[in-house]
Parts: sequence; C-alpha cells; structure tokens
Amino acid sequence: MLDKKQFITIKGTKEGLTLFIDDSCTFEHALNELREKIHASRPKHDEPVVSVKVKLGNRYVQEEQKEVLREIIAKDERFTIDSIVSDVVRREEALLWQEASEVKTVNRIIRSGQVLEVTGDLLLIGDVNPGGKVVSTGNIYIMGRLNGIAHAGINGDKQAFITASYMKPSQLRIAEYISRAPDYESDGVYMECGLIDEEQDKIVIDRLQVLSHKSEISGFGRRMQNG
Amino acid sequence: MGEAIVITSGKGGVGKTTTTANIGTGLALMDKKVCLIDTDIGLRNLDVVMGLENRIIYDIVDVIEERCKLKQALIKDKRFDYLSLLPAAQTSDKSAVTEEGMRKIVAELKQEYDYVIIDCPAGIEQGFKNAIAGADKAIVVTTPEKSSVRDADRIVGLLEQEDIDPPLLVINRIRNHMMKNGDMIEIDDIVQILSINLIGIVVDDDDVIKASNSGEPVALQPNSKASIAYRNIARRILGETVPLQSLEDEKGVFQKVKKFLGIRA
Repeated sequence: MLDKKQFITIKGTKEGLTLFIDDSCTFEHALNELREKIHASRPKHDEPVVSVKVKLGNRYVQEEQKEVLREIIAKDERFTIDSIVSDVVRREEALLWQEASEVKTVNRIIRSGQVLEVTGDLLLIGDVNPGGKVVSTGNIYIMGRLNGIAHAGINGDKQAFITASYMKPSQLRIAEYISRAPDYESDGVYMECGLIDEEQDKIVIDRLQVLSHKSEISGFGRRMQNG
Repeated sequence: MGEAIVITSGKGGVGKTTTTANIGTGLALMDKKVCLIDTDIGLRNLDVVMGLENRIIYDIVDVIEERCKLKQALIKDKRFDYLSLLPAAQTSDKSAVTEEGMRKIVAELKQEYDYVIIDCPAGIEQGFKNAIAGADKAIVVTTPEKSSVRDADRIVGLLEQEDIDPPLLVINRIRNHMMKNGDMIEIDDIVQILSINLIGIVVDDDDVIKASNSGEPVALQPNSKASIAYRNIARRILGETVPLQSLEDEKGVFQKVKKFLGIRA
C-alpha cells in the first residue's frame, strides 16, 4: 500500500547517523514517521549520544520547521543534531551568501580616524595609516601598509585572516580575538598574514605560505559546508 | 575624594597634551593615583604621547554610550600601576560627548584616583565645555607669543564664569635667548596680562619632542630641563613650595631663582 512507503531512511556512518527525509511527501507525514522511528528505536542503557545529520533533499524547511525537527530528534538526549542540510536555498539567502563571499575592492588610503567596513572579503589597495581601521566579515587583503587596526571575521568567523604587503599593525583583531603590537619599537614585516592559531588560542603573524595549508579560504566554501 | 584638573589653552599647539602627560607622570612619580582623560574627540593624541596607542579597545564615547564599563575603557600605564588613561574616540562624532556624561565619568574617577587630569581640545566650543564640565581646577597653558597669550586671556575669561577655582598658569616653550633679546614676551608681562598665579615655566627643549615621539613622557628623564620643570609643577600641585627654574644655561640651576622671584615680588 502507498501508506507503507518509507519516507525516512537511516544510514549509519563513522561519524554517526545520516537521516534522509524523502522530499516527495508532506512535512507532516515525514514528522509522523520520524516520531514513530525515534520512538521505536528504544535505547539500550548507557548508549553513547549519537550525532545525526539530517538531509532534506529538495525540500525547503523554515526555521520553525527545523526547530520541530530538532525537538523530535534531540528529545530524549540520545541524539544530537550535527546539521540539517537541504539542497534548496532561498533567493535572499543565496544573495546574502554571495555578498558575504564577494571580494570588495577599495582603492584609497584609510587615514587616522577613518573606518572602512565591508561585508565579505576586503581587498584594499592602499595603506591603513596609524589610527585608521578596516573591518570585514571575511578576510582582509591589504596591498599596502597596514599601520592601523584590521578586524577580520567581525561576525565571529575565526577562520578569517588578514594579509598585508607590509604589516606593522597597532592591533589585529579576528572574530573576538585581539592582539596588539609590542611596546618596544619594532620593524614591520613584509608579505605576512595574521590568523588564529588554534593550538595557542591567539592571533599569530606568519608567512603567507601557511595559508596554503588552510583547507578553506573562501567564505563561500565555508558557508556551503556549514549550511 | 580626588581632584579634577583640566589642562586648557584656547590656542592649539601650545602643549596641552604634553603638559597633561607630563604633569600626570610627575604626580605618578610621587606615588599619587592619577587618571588622564583625553577629551579631544576625533583628534586624540594623549595616547600617542603616552605610548599607549596600541592598547586602546574602548574609549570615552563607548563609556558614555554604555557599550562598556568605565573600568574596561581605562588603560593602565606600562610604567606605573596607578596611572591610567581614558582615551578619546577617534572615529565618533564630537556630539557623542555631553557635559552631563563628562561630569558623571569624572565624578566616578575621583572616587578611585587622587588626581584626574583632563586634556582639553583646542577651541572654545562644545569640546572645551565638555572638558571643563567636571573639573575642580584649571591650568591654562600658554607660550610667550602674542596670539597664544591672547587666546589664554579669552580662556581665563570663560573659566571665570564657571564654577571652578581661579586658573593657574603654565608658560611653555620658553626660548631663553629670544627672551633675553626681547624678541619674546617676558614672563612677567604674561603674568601681568593674565593676572593669574603662575604654577610653572617650561623651556623649549628638544627632549620633549624626542620623548613624545617615543611614547615616553619627558618627565621620566632624570635631568633634562623640561623634565625638571614638569616635575616641579607636579610638586607645586601637591602644595610644595618649589622655586621657579632658572632660564640660564649655567651650573646650579636653582641659584638664580630667588632673584627671579624677587623681580616678581
């Protein structure tokens, strides 16, 4: 019978479970079946918490609907939701992603007291003078001297980084991390980058070559992965 | 309960910021708890002269607009434990600071510090009004130039209308040889025109420029002329009687001072 068709498929992987929800049925149907499935798989005691990836195929779900999914799956604290991924993206969202992953090119000198803020990555062709500040949601590339403050990943993106032809910043900020120049007078460095070193849990300045080891440089790629 | 002193001049470039930094440092050298406030929104300099520019995260506008606590915005000096700086905002609009906001900040700082030294912007507009709003005392800085003395006179007039003690005078950038030749206005003449009490004279010293470029206030140097002059001003603020420095370039700097005072009296 048609009713007996399975809308939900569960696959086990190394990382946990992947839950495919068929995109041809109504959301209500899927929820009902999901409740049954979760209910049916009574847990054994001392079972570790399993992480679940939900794949929605060509179904678009609203934030509230995602919330319902989370509620059902995480109800008994046996599962945690790793991600809810749909193949469909809303236009507005896509445009936001596009804006956030674009490189904005600016061709001027940022002088003391001026602040340049962009969404996405910033390519500045020109200097940042002492007392000037550049801010972006993504990476900052400066073809010129960075003598002021640069703040990359202002919305909390710890993967963001800052590069400059000549680096002698008064402060580097990435996400919520802040580092400042030493008190003694020091020479700047040429062609280097500032990024968060996860082991040391702070911002470090290193040769540009280290960036080639970073898996994802574009904000768009990161967006696609994280949904 | 501490005391708030505003350093002002009317004219720009006479050395308000340098005077603020060095009087503050001088008081800190005498183990006083000192907080410096830069009120020159948009053209802040005190942080640079103090060598604390790199440490600024929050500023006075953040405090007034309640984006942070006052304590968070204070920058501890790298040399003294009880010397702090509240930096001005570099990017915000001048109108962000109000007289009411300044009064509140100064009152709060006076609880904690012995001296709150306020660096005033040039001019007589809102920035000046804000700077003097919370002050108990004022120090007027002038140089031995007509234009600077004229502006100082205007400032003294404005200060007299405020609820503030009679201002004290610092004469800055004195060049001895020019004064001798009569090419600069005599100290006595300046004091006579402004008719306020003189609290110190500072010679034009290359070390001042050198020091401010390296972010170390000149008052930290043991025996450059300007350094001694600024430390003497700090001592006079504390109530000590210190004779004025001689302008002569000879040994025994303090020898001619009595003669000097004699002329004045």
